[in-house]
Amino acid sequence: MLIGRVIGELVATHKHPSHEGSKILFVQPLNLDGSDRGDAVVALDAVDAGVGDRVLVTTEGFSAMTAVGRTQSPIDMAVIGFIDHVELVSGVA
Amino acid sequence: MQLGRVVGCVWATVKNPSLEGYRLLLVQPLASDLRDTGKRLVCTDWTGAGAGEMVYWVRGREASIAFLPGQPPSDATIVGIVDSVHRAAAKTSKPARQPAERH
Repeated sequence: MLIGRVIGELVATHKHPSHEGSKILFVQPLNLDGSDRGDAVVALDAVDAGVGDRVLVTTEGFSAMTAVGRTQSPIDMAVIGFIDHVELVSGVA
Repeated sequence: MQLGRVVGCVWATVKNPSLEGYRLLLVQPLASDLRDTGKRLVCTDWTGAGAGEMVYWVRGREASIAFLPGQPPSDATIVGIVDSVHRAAAKTSKPARQPAERH
């Protein structure tokens, strides 16, 4: 899973029927220091996240489909949680 | 999924029989500022998108699932045409939501 920040929402009129009724979020993956990590990704919303939220993103098909509640659908990323706090253990991390 | 822009079509006369009838498009991945990023790739197309259109595509096993009950041997499929992207004005952090606001 990835930590990311929701930076936008996509509007798509013509899309796969399994994506109807879900928000399509534009998420920028983040490093632990909050800087951008790689390119932004598109993920379906499973927790009612919005722009600005720091979120947990699953990047694998089965978990994404299950989170959105639509198995056997072309979904490979979903926002599945909000990140409240990350604690690095000193001496280990 | 990732954001991309259709930059061309691909024709393949000789191909795996289970790919017959599926459109193949050339897609340029886009970054968060909607500029080109990374290398172009070939996607099967579920939407009927045309050249220049912004799309989003799914990769991996799920690329084939889009066409059920058909099962083309594809690892990237365009599953939506993007009309617009509403982005935040600035990447400022917002206070975390309280759990009570969520359901």
